[in-house]
Amino acid sequence: MSRYLAALTAILHRELARFLGQKSRLVAALVRPLVWLLVFAAGFRAALGLSITPPYQTYITYETYILPGLLGMICLFNGMQSSLSLVYDREMGSMRLLLTAPLPRGWLLFAKLLAGTLISLLQCGVFLGIGYAWGIRPPLVGLVAVIPALLLVGLMLGALGLLLSSLIRQLENFAGVMNFVIFPMFFLSSALYPLWKMAEASPALANACALNPFTQGVELIRFSLYLTPNWPALGWTLLATAVFAAAALYGYDPARGFTRTKG
Amino acid sequence: MTLSVESLSFAYGPRKALDGLTFTLAPGSFTALLGPNGAGKSTLFSLLTRLFVAPQGRIAIAGHDLTRAPLKALAALGCVFQQPTLDLDLTTRRNLLYYAALHGLTGPAARASADEALATLSLADRADTPARSLSGGQRRRVELARALIHRPAVLLLDEPTVGLDAASRRTITDHAHALARQGTTVLWATHLTDEVAPTDRCLILHRGRLLADAPAATLAEGSTLTDRFLTLTGDPA
Repeated sequence: MSRYLAALTAILHRELARFLGQKSRLVAALVRPLVWLLVFAAGFRAALGLSITPPYQTYITYETYILPGLLGMICLFNGMQSSLSLVYDREMGSMRLLLTAPLPRGWLLFAKLLAGTLISLLQCGVFLGIGYAWGIRPPLVGLVAVIPALLLVGLMLGALGLLLSSLIRQLENFAGVMNFVIFPMFFLSSALYPLWKMAEASPALANACALNPFTQGVELIRFSLYLTPNWPALGWTLLATAVFAAAALYGYDPARGFTRTKG
Repeated sequence: MTLSVESLSFAYGPRKALDGLTFTLAPGSFTALLGPNGAGKSTLFSLLTRLFVAPQGRIAIAGHDLTRAPLKALAALGCVFQQPTLDLDLTTRRNLLYYAALHGLTGPAARASADEALATLSLADRADTPARSLSGGQRRRVELARALIHRPAVLLLDEPTVGLDAASRRTITDHAHALARQGTTVLWATHLTDEVAPTDRCLILHRGRLLADAPAATLAEGSTLTDRFLTLTGDPA
């Protein structure tokens, strides 16, 4: 096995083992979207009428509408959680161990990013299973087609988390930044309401939603689930992933030295 | 020379942390890097491990320039950081195997190296113990075993005995000296003069500059190393 693959496998194995060893983390990760799906959506079903818009070909329930948004929510929270663990790792020292390995830093960060994304994918799989049992049933082939979309969205949000972790020097600062990232990203998106509905209330807000990479990610998931191509969403998500990843790589550049602490 | 540092300077904004530092370490030598808190020891270690890069100066490890051939240079380096870096949820052996994989060692070869390193540091019976259950001294020994798993030419130890009892400190200092006798180049950063043997080479670092470079016994002539250190740095040891 090449040195690159050996390190990638070790990092994936470590992160997955840590995740599976913390049963409460899986439960906590699923409770949030399940409350939205099973409680919030049921309560708002009557209040929010939805017209027929692509990729849906018929009237749908509100639960069906928010399912892709909640998958995006899982990726968003998991991306930020990974970022939090990176800040923690850096404060605790284990990040030093990783970054001093004789491999390109970009590769080591990619391995961390991929590990976090696979954990998102795992959570999404369990969530989709519960949703399916609850009666929210996208086409079966859609459940396969959504995997690459979830992978890409997971990478995009993980790269954003990585970027944030390169900017945040102390764990205490993290909560504030989370509030400025997670909530605006989630609520200024098409996760809970379609953009045309937001435009009725405020065209400016609808424009802000359309510019939000999270909206594009959610739409990519939504269209993939229903086997309908959405090239603009794919393009924007790819672009945002590339921009976040490049910025994160810059943030972790040893010549720039974000890891500098007094010594 | 196994480790060569030439005109190394580094600053945190306007504050100079290292100022034109130059020294070389011969193969199989033990060198104590003595300095009070804030002298620049950890900054030097961060530069030697390429956690960040100095705008001025040159570092070569086992003949590899750290800027031009960073991967080859880092492959020849083992490091015990000042901060604890064990994954407490993993067993001792799994911690070593994770590190081995980061250095390209996998499969039976990695397991053999891990077991050998653990046996050398009298930790064989703790191989399957979760790191969380180990004492402070044992954790440090595991970190030392881990740093040796890929047989590095140069071993850096950044204040590795902080917070340990006398017996654990003795075990770790003795082992580091034994490693040097076996051919590993050891750089041991500390602010505790009692960890330095009379025959050890001593580099005294203060405010980013090298104040002295001589065997501990020579430095201590007519006095003690502690007194000499205090005189040079003006800080309590």
